[in-house]
Amino acid sequence: MTRFALAAAAMLLALAPGLALDGEPGMHDPSTVIEADGKFYVYATGNGLPAFASDDGWTWHRTGSLMQAVPGGKPGPDVIARGGNNSWAPDLIRSGDKYFLYYSAPGTQPKSAVGLLVGRTLDPASPDYKWDDGGPVVWSDGVEDSNAIDPGVMRDPTNGTMWLTYGSYFGYIRLVELDPTTGKRLHPEAKPVNIAINSEASVLIFREGWYYLLVTHGSCCAGGNSTYNIRMGRSRKVTGPFVDNMAIDMLQGGGKLFAGSSGRHIGPGHFGLLDLGDGVQKFSCHYESDLDRGGISVLDIRPLLWRDGWPVAGENLTAGTYEIESARTGTALEMAVQGTPVGGRGRGGPGRGGASAAGRGETPPPPIPGQDAAQVGSNWPAGPIDARMAPYMLQAQQKWAITPVDHAGGYPGSPYFKITIAGTDRALAATGDAELTVVPVFSGEPEQLWRIDQLADGSYRLMPKRIPNTTERLALSAIGSSMPTLEKFKPASDRQRWLLRTP
Amino acid sequence: MAAEDALTRGPRAWLPALGALALAGGAGLLGAQQPPLPPATRAPAATLSRPSSAAKPPDGAGFLQRWLVLEPIKVPGQLTESAVRAAIGNEYFPNQLAVIPRDGQAVTVGDEPLLWHALDTRNYNVNLYHFAYALNKPTSNVLFWAVTRVEVPHEMRNVRLAIGSNAASIWWLNGQEIIAIYGDRQAVIDDGVSKRVTLRNGLNTIRAAVVNAGGATDFCARFLDADDNPVREISVRLSQEQP
Repeated sequence: MTRFALAAAAMLLALAPGLALDGEPGMHDPSTVIEADGKFYVYATGNGLPAFASDDGWTWHRTGSLMQAVPGGKPGPDVIARGGNNSWAPDLIRSGDKYFLYYSAPGTQPKSAVGLLVGRTLDPASPDYKWDDGGPVVWSDGVEDSNAIDPGVMRDPTNGTMWLTYGSYFGYIRLVELDPTTGKRLHPEAKPVNIAINSEASVLIFREGWYYLLVTHGSCCAGGNSTYNIRMGRSRKVTGPFVDNMAIDMLQGGGKLFAGSSGRHIGPGHFGLLDLGDGVQKFSCHYESDLDRGGISVLDIRPLLWRDGWPVAGENLTAGTYEIESARTGTALEMAVQGTPVGGRGRGGPGRGGASAAGRGETPPPPIPGQDAAQVGSNWPAGPIDARMAPYMLQAQQKWAITPVDHAGGYPGSPYFKITIAGTDRALAATGDAELTVVPVFSGEPEQLWRIDQLADGSYRLMPKRIPNTTERLALSAIGSSMPTLEKFKPASDRQRWLLRTP
Repeated sequence: MAAEDALTRGPRAWLPALGALALAGGAGLLGAQQPPLPPATRAPAATLSRPSSAAKPPDGAGFLQRWLVLEPIKVPGQLTESAVRAAIGNEYFPNQLAVIPRDGQAVTVGDEPLLWHALDTRNYNVNLYHFAYALNKPTSNVLFWAVTRVEVPHEMRNVRLAIGSNAASIWWLNGQEIIAIYGDRQAVIDDGVSKRVTLRNGLNTIRAAVVNAGGATDFCARFLDADDNPVREISVRLSQEQP
């Protein structure tokens, strides 16, 4: 392959959009993604509430329909009476030893109900797997300014209270408080609180003294013509008022954009928070149209970032060539070989600059091409080489190709990646003593596969899939200005935060 | 920074050189045609002193403050990996990677006798510029050897040696090379950190070779435990005699 072709291939990889999950992610109106006993579960709109599971959060498969585990196989009679016989757009939460699943049971909208199902496990293979009808929780009579579908449930981390939001276009998004022990309304006689309008797929989240109401604006269900987009407001009180970044109340149509169409995906909607702990947060949504999958609606899981007190929709990492820079030290990860100055020794320097040459009436020197492994790699030792850190000098041993690996599994939102010196097959790997090496050839071993999670501030955490001789999960860490190692992740520290820059 | 660069680019680097000329008797920049003056007696290094106790614990941040340092050896002063390796690869004196020197012991490098000096530093770092300057020895384009011994009350696993040096340096623990950093660099705390190592019960030898091109030169060193906290329950004991 010519150098030009290599460069062109690298550009294509860098521009390639991220794939929205693997396996069978086709679904609409997904619930919050729940992690339980090492697996991930999500439920969606459709006949009997389609159920999906994943061992790793990356590859999903359909496991059946949730209503198969409900006595009678359909919404309870009181739910059907208040709403209808459909089953849409569920959401669920764990409370104590129970799961409460709320689902939309519309009749002829806006006559609808939100029904409750109660279960003790999400694993269909468990002997305890079943869902009991908990009856209707909220409903709309078809006349009032409400359409009781699209439930979203939140536990307030400040006091343990539980809250349900619901509604869709026919009037208001509404809020009621739930009983954490039964999943039903805590004060059924109380009038629901109106908190937003002109939206659907609402859900609340909380962070650092603020309640955030995320809703979906626009239209669904029209493929590539769907204008779905996720918007938000925030409030110091769970009951609102929720206002956007321009102080417009969501009851008056306000809403700061959280996620719109991008890349190859049209119409994101139905936000769900997936908190993986250690400060790593993701969000789930569906796209109305995934162009890479013929325009079907699919689930995606993406990084959740925070900036200036607002959530920001991050992007899953895509293949490309990157400088891997320590947020702690500002030095860059490199293969420990002696670097060669870009352009070779003796090029450039004072007195050789174009401006001064031009000032003397001389022809400025020609551009100096970038450095790649083909230029300098013949000097590198053949065997394993240590990894270290050094000031980034645009040199080949500092440029890493990050590439998703097929059929190697993944984690919520992404497949595992290999991290190789660009233009070579030399791969970053964990060693048996929890240090780092660069092996001569990528072989696909788990210690050569990397999980790369984007953190709330936009930096990244890099973790090998497995470290030989230990079950500990450790992250790439800047132990000093010049030394990377693997250590337990400490969310508050810059040691394990890395910036992926385009070289 | 290369020596020629120090005199042409960096005022920080060549200011001490001017000071040295002035202290040497005013030969100065205009004195090139005058005969060389005899070396002047210089004041002791302000940050360094001779040890006055048998053992010295690390300071509050874990830095080792007692070392045996050999007077500087003239080397080309190049700081690339290959150049530093070449400089360290020469055998300057017998058994240079294993010897436990004594204060005042002399070695001959080329035809020049050089002395080992036992030093306590008042700071977290050992200022090699102060050391060499006070002895009227060169500070640029030089190699310093430094050795210390830490006494460890019990075996310590998964600790790391963490150093900073101006400029390039290579470090050994009990004869095993564990750190190498190259290039023109300042002495930054925890710049070079070893992989996890074991400090054995009793005396452990730390050896360093620091190559300087021009300007200031110093180093600092400490051990970090598995939680990255400074190791303080050790002491430095240069004498080979047990307490």
